[in-house]
Amino acid sequence: MSENEKKQPINRRDLLKSIATVPFLGAMFYGLYRKKKYEDYIRGNLADELNLNYEPPEVYQYKPQSSDKPLRIGIIGNGSRGSHLLRSAGFVHPDKIRSWKEALSKNKNDNRYQDFIQQEDLNVEITAVCDIFDVHARQALEAGANRERKDTLAADAKMAVRCMNYKELLARDDVDAVIIATPDHWHAPMAIEAANAGKHIYVEKPMTHKLSEVYALRDAVKKNGIILQLGHQGRQTESFNKAIEVIKKNILGKISLVEVCTNRNDPNGAWVYPIHPEASEKTIDWQQFLGNAPSVPFSAERFFRWRCWWDYATGLSGDLFTHEFDAINQVLNLGIPSSVTASGGIYFYKDGREVPDVLQIVCEYPEHDLSLLYSATLSSERNRGKIFMGHDGHMELSDKLIVKTDPNSTRYKKQIDKKIIDPTIPIYTYTPGMKQVDAITSATEQYFASRGLLYTFRDGKRFDTTFLHIKEWIQCIRTNSKPSCDIDAGFEEAITAAMADISYKEKKQVFWDKDNEKVVY
Amino acid sequence: MNKQQGYTHWQLTSLVILRVAIGWHFLYEGIAKLIQPNWTSLPYLMDSKGIMAVFFHTLGSSSQTVHIIDLLNIWGLIAIGAGLFVGLFTRAATLGGILLLMLYVLSHPPLAIVRYGMPSEGSYLYINKNMIEMAALWVTYLFNTGKEIGLDRLIHKQFCSQPSSLNK
Repeated sequence: MSENEKKQPINRRDLLKSIATVPFLGAMFYGLYRKKKYEDYIRGNLADELNLNYEPPEVYQYKPQSSDKPLRIGIIGNGSRGSHLLRSAGFVHPDKIRSWKEALSKNKNDNRYQDFIQQEDLNVEITAVCDIFDVHARQALEAGANRERKDTLAADAKMAVRCMNYKELLARDDVDAVIIATPDHWHAPMAIEAANAGKHIYVEKPMTHKLSEVYALRDAVKKNGIILQLGHQGRQTESFNKAIEVIKKNILGKISLVEVCTNRNDPNGAWVYPIHPEASEKTIDWQQFLGNAPSVPFSAERFFRWRCWWDYATGLSGDLFTHEFDAINQVLNLGIPSSVTASGGIYFYKDGREVPDVLQIVCEYPEHDLSLLYSATLSSERNRGKIFMGHDGHMELSDKLIVKTDPNSTRYKKQIDKKIIDPTIPIYTYTPGMKQVDAITSATEQYFASRGLLYTFRDGKRFDTTFLHIKEWIQCIRTNSKPSCDIDAGFEEAITAAMADISYKEKKQVFWDKDNEKVVY
Repeated sequence: MNKQQGYTHWQLTSLVILRVAIGWHFLYEGIAKLIQPNWTSLPYLMDSKGIMAVFFHTLGSSSQTVHIIDLLNIWGLIAIGAGLFVGLFTRAATLGGILLLMLYVLSHPPLAIVRYGMPSEGSYLYINKNMIEMAALWVTYLFNTGKEIGLDRLIHKQFCSQPSSLNK
């Protein structure tokens, strides 16, 4: 067909019909312009009012120096938490790496192997291991020797020394720093001796088991000038650090109540851990486990589920309240409360345990005109979050941060009346890794954010807060600087937990004599 | 009654309104995503359920893939929307729209026994609005109104000797 045969004449009617729908485009763009203008107006007003940004809070990053020598670490206690700390330092047992690789081959979304392989090398060595259960000790030795992060141990892999007693480990010259991840009743005795031996310390929470230990450990750390990091890895959570900004800018107005909680509902969360099949008096140094605790016959149950007994543990107040307390203390810098009242009981797990599975702790801060309320249960997962309640607004803190205004706020009254602010919609939402989520973001996005779905796979890796906490500790050792959860923060955590512990056991309100640094009841 | 190509003016106008309405929806969805600096398809991909869920989760597991999907989705929506709106390459835009909607349906099938993290504004069982929009696009494909009311009319006139017919 020739060109002339194809063509039909185009007349005016054709032109009009061909562009008949184009004017509607104008209607859409006019609507778009109005919508954008309205949103910019709200955003501008909110931005002026809040003076908040969506940038991540600044975190100091140490640049490794070529002159840095490997930090030589000894680990005491390689149970589930100890092995997590070892992993954060860069050491995982070859069997575990093999299981991660297998999991990855079955499920491409299983990132554990990739996450670990990509984890930054902190330039540390594991030179000594002390665990009184032979199986855990062997696992720590093999993990510590696995510098290459492989699924089989090299034939010439250099093993750390196994110390049968922690004192042996602390006496070694080839140990610069020590990780303590033992039952609670050993934290302070070991940390005090480590400080006196000049070793830097990473100690799991709670910092101490008994009130008297709190003072003794602080003295030992200060006297010896070592770097102590307490294991509240929440210090590294970006949203917690961002929350400090919200508080500093007084977005919430006068805060009178802070509510925090623990909600778990599974046996593992209630410390009913599995008992290792190889556990026996032959494989466990029972006397060393007991330490200063009353002598009782060997019990594998007590060894693996030590959190259920007062002799070795601190129950909800030391184990889980301390995480919540430290988070609030990090944001509000409250320090030790003037009084603490605790009550609760063993209401669900009637399995012979001594520590309560339901606990309420009320901390009073008359100096700050606020109460801190902790409420915990180990038999319901109904989470209630960390909520800061102010006259002008409230903030909910988790892995993200959500601020809403109060309908009866004095500060935001004008904006609420003008409909610039809707108290039912967050005025500020900060989700780490996500900028500009705010009052005009879609409900869908908020919804996903609340479930943590947004950040699971975006960069193919996530940062583990424990890794960041260990990393910070190592940085502070190299630079002789103050870690985020240092001995002073630890002192406040440990005194408060001890007050709650005493209050629960004595059924009394317990007071803090600030001037004399004494607990009174 | 005044008829054109076998259809009344009302019939033709209604079909054009249907096409423009779908075009409007696609175009604005694309622009809204384009002007929102941090928009990403990631949560949608990760919320996928049903037999194709693994495929969509895999797409979501790499930031590079997610970036490409974001771009394809935004510019696909804009191109399809603009095409339907002004009746340019109407049939290609219609097929593109059906394909895109099919991907949404496959990633979030409205099955009887699934629940999505994404809140829904309505209640659906087996048939949802994406599927209805797909059906509407299929009608738009069969009755190619772009040749009558739209820029396709000029193209048709320029390259075809036969008068236009809605269903050709």
